[in-house]
Amino acid sequence: MTATSRPIRVLIAKPGLDGHDRGAKIVARALRDAGMEVIYTGLRQTPEMIAEAALQEDVDVVGLSILSGAHMTLVPQVLEALRARGLGDVPVIVGGIIPPQDVPKLLALGVYKVYGPGAPTRQIVADIEAVVRGSAQPEGSPA
Amino acid sequence: MNDWAAQVLQGDRRALARVLTWVENAAAEGRAAWQALFPHAGRAHIVGVTGPPGAGKSTLVAALVQHWRQHHPQQRVAVLAVDPSSPYTGGALLGDRVRLTPRLAQDPAVFFRSMASRGAVGGLAQATEQAVQVLDAAGYNPIFVETVGAGQAEVDIMRLAHTVLVVQAPGLGDDIQAIKAGMLEIAHILVVNKADRPDAQRTRRILEEMLRLGPRRAAAWQPPVLLTVATTGQGVPQVAQAIVAHRQHLQRSGAWQQHEARRLQAALERALRDALWRRWRARVEPGRYDAVLQALARRELTPDQAAAQLLDDAPTLPTPPPRGDAGSP
Repeated sequence: MTATSRPIRVLIAKPGLDGHDRGAKIVARALRDAGMEVIYTGLRQTPEMIAEAALQEDVDVVGLSILSGAHMTLVPQVLEALRARGLGDVPVIVGGIIPPQDVPKLLALGVYKVYGPGAPTRQIVADIEAVVRGSAQPEGSPA
Repeated sequence: MNDWAAQVLQGDRRALARVLTWVENAAAEGRAAWQALFPHAGRAHIVGVTGPPGAGKSTLVAALVQHWRQHHPQQRVAVLAVDPSSPYTGGALLGDRVRLTPRLAQDPAVFFRSMASRGAVGGLAQATEQAVQVLDAAGYNPIFVETVGAGQAEVDIMRLAHTVLVVQAPGLGDDIQAIKAGMLEIAHILVVNKADRPDAQRTRRILEEMLRLGPRRAAAWQPPVLLTVATTGQGVPQVAQAIVAHRQHLQRSGAWQQHEARRLQAALERALRDALWRRWRARVEPGRYDAVLQALARRELTPDQAAAQLLDDAPTLPTPPPRGDAGSP
């Protein structure tokens, strides 16, 4: 298998305390159907658990699903936990219920893309393929 | 020494994760690290965990890792969990991490890696054996290898693991169907999980009966049938004790060394096959290969004859044998 044909590995994690993972599972399945290997960690993950999973699984992208409204707290914590493990260059995408005024703030923190409810999964697939295969135009400034 | 290998040996988990990725992708950049790590492997106790889907393999593995970290705190423990890849898209949903408790998920002495089967059959991925040896070289011991939830074609895990746990749950496919004779034969320890369900004792009796009726084993090890409730930890210490007892049995009887020797010989033969194939493929004339392939497609040659022709480098293709009806184009 050549380096370019290897499957993309993505971690899909749900930080925080909300107990709804339907959206996360839909995205996970869409990514799998696009030929990616999706590591799904389940509910109520702490930022440390997410960063540790990203490290052990050596993923290309980390996807966070947050519906609790705590994204402005949780996302910086996840980014910090990733940086602490030398994973600051792993692109992070965020999906869930994110008020429009928070989107630029998350991008400024270094998040690669933010998706609201109803975001087409093919867009998420295309964005991930672009950033991993190296033709991406990130919206956020690099961390 | 290769830098990446040195970092792995010093306990750098990020380097370990990256080397595992290279091994999994058969990537050229990982070759030097693999060569440097190989002499350091061969120490870990490799414990395979297999059984039908839904029997609770992941939960049992998580419970065993937790037990190990409590009772053998000096040992670092690794898990390789294999899940199937989609035959259509090549993608995979790897969900075995869900069973890790927050404590295990953050324990620096636990390393958990998910692996997609990537088209391999037999319950493991092609690179699983190499990945196990990288974890072994990194100092993890024991290493739990959780197979795809299959149940009938688990020969791979028997070859790889020193100790094979076959996990079953009461009421799955009416007991006998779900645990075929082949699975019983490879089991060193049988676990009836979800033992708080009705019928657990009946499942145990059926398994014990099948073991008695099965072929007598040469070695003195008699596989125990143990009941667990992995979600609560009930019965897990007994499984852990059986794992240790089996390792001691292997080491006392010399079977441990035999297993290692057999496994390495199989690896050598695989490497030889691959190398011979690549060498031959690089030398054969493309036109000649295509001509034989087409003769095969027309069924003028059997695959065996086609291979013999290519290997003998016969100068011409034979005239096709006469067929009864002249319907060929």
